[in-house]
Amino acid sequence: MKARQRTTILASVCLIVCFAASVFMLRSVDRLRPQASLDDVLYISSPKILKRASLGYEGLLADVYWTRAVQYFGSRRGSNVELLAPLLEITTSLDPHLIPAYEYGGFFLAPPPPNGAGQPKRAIQLIEYGIRNNPNEWRLYYNLGFVYYMDLKDYAHASDAFERGSQVPNSHPFLKVLAAQMAQHGGEYQTARMLWTATYKTSRDKLVQQNAAEHLRDLKVDEDVSNLEGAVTRFGERTGRLPSSIRELARAEGLPGVPVDPKGEPYKMDENGRILVQHPDDFPLATKGLPAGFNAVGKHFASN
Amino acid sequence: MNARIGYIASNTFREAVRDRVLYNLIAFALLLSGAAIFVGEISIEIEKLVVINLGLTAVSLFGVVIAIFVGIGLVSKEIDKRTLYTVLSRPVRRWEFIVGKFFGLSSTLVVNTFCMAIGVFGALLYVSHKFTGSDAFILVALYFIVLQFFIICSLTLLFSSFSSPLLSAVFSFSLFVIGSFSEDLRGFAGMAHGITKWLATAVAYLVPNFSAFNVISSVAHEYPVAVQLVLHNTLYALFYTATALSGAVLIFERRNLK
Repeated sequence: MKARQRTTILASVCLIVCFAASVFMLRSVDRLRPQASLDDVLYISSPKILKRASLGYEGLLADVYWTRAVQYFGSRRGSNVELLAPLLEITTSLDPHLIPAYEYGGFFLAPPPPNGAGQPKRAIQLIEYGIRNNPNEWRLYYNLGFVYYMDLKDYAHASDAFERGSQVPNSHPFLKVLAAQMAQHGGEYQTARMLWTATYKTSRDKLVQQNAAEHLRDLKVDEDVSNLEGAVTRFGERTGRLPSSIRELARAEGLPGVPVDPKGEPYKMDENGRILVQHPDDFPLATKGLPAGFNAVGKHFASN
Repeated sequence: MNARIGYIASNTFREAVRDRVLYNLIAFALLLSGAAIFVGEISIEIEKLVVINLGLTAVSLFGVVIAIFVGIGLVSKEIDKRTLYTVLSRPVRRWEFIVGKFFGLSSTLVVNTFCMAIGVFGALLYVSHKFTGSDAFILVALYFIVLQFFIICSLTLLFSSFSSPLLSAVFSFSLFVIGSFSEDLRGFAGMAHGITKWLATAVAYLVPNFSAFNVISSVAHEYPVAVQLVLHNTLYALFYTATALSGAVLIFERRNLK
C-alpha cells in the first residue's frame, strides 16, 4: 500500500471517529447546560442595549429571541416561567410588528400557573405596546379584552377593548358581540366558551390552539358540575334529603344515563352531595368537580 | 511530536511574529488600559464586571480575527511563493505540513492569549486593587477561548486547503457566527418536524458549538464553571479539531499542486 493511500485511509477513519465522538461530547455538554442559551438572556435584559448591539439586524435577533421564548415556555410549562415576560418584551422591542409574540404573551403571561406566568398586568402592558405599534391589528384588541375578562374579571375594560377592536377596519364581527356581552357581563360560561372558541378558530399558533382546546374541555367540566350541583339542590328542596347516588339524581332529572366528563368517565357524587370528576389530574384547568384539598397548580393533593 | 511537524510549527510561529501579528497586543493594551481608567471614572460597583467582560471579549475577538486572517494564508501563501514545493520536495509528508501549520498558528494564538491575559489581570488589579478567589474562573474562560481558537484554526486550514484566501475567510467567519448561535440552531431543530428536523439537527451537529465555550458573562458575575463542563468542552474541542484537520489532510493529500 502506498504511503498516500495509507494517509487517506487513516485520515478518513480519524474523521469519522472524531466526528462521532464530537457529536457524543456535544450531547453531553448540552445535558450539562440545558437552559444555557436562556440563562444568557439574563445577562443582557435591556432591549435598548440589544437593539444597539444588533447593528441594525434587530429583525433577525427578534426571531432568535422569539424562538427562545417559545422554547423556554414549552420546556418549562407548569413550573416557574418568570423569564417569559422579559423574553417577550425583548422580542417585541426588537420587532414591534411580530404579532404572534403579543398573542402568545396574552395567552400565556396572564393566566395563573400551571397554564401561564400569572402576570396579567405585564400581559396588558405587552399587548398595549403591540396596539400602539400595530393599531390596525384587531387580534390585539381581542387579546387585550380577553386578558381583562378572563384573568382580571374587569368587564368595563374588556368591553372597551373589544369595542375599540370592532372599530378597526376588517375586524372580525364577533368583537361587537363580545363588547355588548361584556357590557352586560352576564352568562359567564357562555361568554368564556365563546372567547375560547373564537381563540381556537382564529389563532394560527398551535400551542395557543391547544391551550384553547384544553380550556374548552375544562370549562365543560365546570359547567357540568355547576348544573349537576344545581340539580342536587333542587332534589334536596323537593325531597328533603340528598340523592343516594348520582344514578338516582340522573333518574330524577330525567337524564338518559349517568352524565360523563369530557374524557368519557362518569361523574361521581360524595356524601355531601358534591359532584366530582373521577380523575382530577385530567382537568388541570377546571375549578369545580375537584376533591377538597386538590392542588390544581401542582396537579396533586396539597397534603402530598 | 514528529520532528518535521515541530520544524514547520516553529517556522509558522516565527513567520507570524515576523508578520507583526503580535502587534495587536499594543492595540489590546491601549484598549484595556483606557477602559480600566475610563470605567473607574464612570461606573459604580461594576468596574470589575466591565473590565472582565471587555477584556475577555477583546481576547476572544482579537484571537478569532488573527486565527482567520493568518490561517487562510497558511497554505495559499506557500503555494503563491512556491515555498511549498521546496518543503514537499524534502522528506515532508503533506499531512505533516498541515498538522505543523496548525500547531504553529495555535501556538501563536496561545502566546498572544497569554500576553492578553496578563493585560486583563493587570487591568483587574488596577480597578479592584486585589485579586479574589473567584478571579480564578477567568482562567477557565481564557482556557475556553483558547479551545475555541483551536477549532477556528483547524477550520481555516480546512477551508484554505481547497479554497482561495478570500472565500476561506468568508467561510470561516460565517462558521464562527453560526457556531455562536448553534444552541439556537439545535433549539430550532427540536421544534421542527419531519425532514426539516433531520436537516436542522444534522447542520446543528456539523457546525462547531461555540456557545458552550462562552462563559465570559458568567465568570464576570463570579459564577463558577463546572469541572465537568471543562472536561467535556476540552474533549469536544479536541475531537472537533481532529475532525476538521482530518478533512484538511484528506483534501490536501489529493490536491493537485502543479
